[in-house]
Amino acid sequence: MAERVRVKDWRPRGFHLRTPWYLRGKTGVIERRLGEFGNPEQLAYGLPAEKKPLLRVRFTMREIWGDAAERPDDTLDAEIYAHWLEPVADAETTDAP
Amino acid sequence: MTERSWHDMGGLPAGEMDFSQHDFALWEKRVDALMTLATSRGMFTVDGLRRVLEDMGPEAFETLTYYERWIESVTRNLVEAGAFTPAELAEKLAQVKARGATYGEASLGASDG
Amino acid sequence: MPHDHHDHDHGHGHGHAHHSHEGMSPSGHPYRADQDAPLTDAQALEIAVRELLVEKGIVTEAQIAEAIARMDARSPAMGAKVVARAWTDPAYKARLLADGSAAARELGADIDALKLVVVENDAATHNVIVCTLCSCYPRTLLGLPPDWYKQRAYRSRVVIEPRRVLSEFGLDLPDEVAVRVHDSTADMRYLVLPARPQGTEGWSEERLAALVDRDSMIGVAVPRLPAGDEAAAAG
Repeated sequence: MAERVRVKDWRPRGFHLRTPWYLRGKTGVIERRLGEFGNPEQLAYGLPAEKKPLLRVRFTMREIWGDAAERPDDTLDAEIYAHWLEPVADAETTDAP
Repeated sequence: MTERSWHDMGGLPAGEMDFSQHDFALWEKRVDALMTLATSRGMFTVDGLRRVLEDMGPEAFETLTYYERWIESVTRNLVEAGAFTPAELAEKLAQVKARGATYGEASLGASDG
Repeated sequence: MPHDHHDHDHGHGHGHAHHSHEGMSPSGHPYRADQDAPLTDAQALEIAVRELLVEKGIVTEAQIAEAIARMDARSPAMGAKVVARAWTDPAYKARLLADGSAAARELGADIDALKLVVVENDAATHNVIVCTLCSCYPRTLLGLPPDWYKQRAYRSRVVIEPRRVLSEFGLDLPDEVAVRVHDSTADMRYLVLPARPQGTEGWSEERLAALVDRDSMIGVAVPRLPAGDEAAAAG
């Protein structure tokens, strides 16, 4: 069964990071694991970067946009670093594909 | 602490697609090459390039061209990396501008192919 | 929209004869005629930064020229070659979907450190690529991205109304086809493997590759047979 994750709903202001605003707080399923990559939040400032796991997460348009979705069952995949993801318990009702 | 950065634009309202297209000028290709070479030498990263572009703000995105923004960001990242100082840059810029009023005149003959 | 207008309204035409010494690009097209326009701040900065890096021994003019030549040599033709091979060689297609970068290098693609993910269109699925945060693009495989790919309209809208955006490209997808948008948010770059058009059985790789353009590998178009071939396939 696909593993569900939720994107952290953190909203730090004015820093370089690669987690899109429109996916914050949204739940999806892990599409694939990509391995570890230097953390862009450190690389952007010329700092030595820790390696962070990177995952491709698949969301339904319904989950992202709600009633505004053009076609609720269409999907969107994005790469999200593991430190921006939290596990979602199976019991929680979510709208993952 | 809840402000959305201007560059993080997924899902925001925007106009119709504009399909106009242009070829890049030589100076723009040189900016691209400087970025490629500087990052391949470990002087900074693509995230450093993006960070400065983001910090330049939405007005720069709306009023400057792509490589106009890039050369600003490449320059700032190179200063941060210690490649040259602001004073060295200022002196060189004064020399460049004193050579002439066009890109061709301001370029050294040897570097102008 | 006002952004990304790359011309400076300087009113000069292209190809002034007395600037012909500047030469042609490797693709055989003239560079844009900037030489006689007033020097811009950005151009002055480019000259200054380049000269400082050369003086300090960080780069050479030859290395800059070589980097430009390498980028100019990249074009959607390389991606089309990859697609055509995948259409004709199931084992290659499997390798391409498993490790896009390794499979592209198999065909001699000069892709530097590109980490390529290939996503496949079929009768039930249509994939489309975007980068909402900047303009990430598989440039070492396809060459530089089109201007529209970098602009606000595409980056903002294709994640929320992909079907409407695709229709502005002239691509109206059937209801039964699911759309899968890919936002290039981090270290991967994406290439769409389009569906092979009907009526191309027995075609050579070269002939197939000619059907595959840049837009079909971004996912804003699909390969189609030329009108004559389509009629022949239908007959």
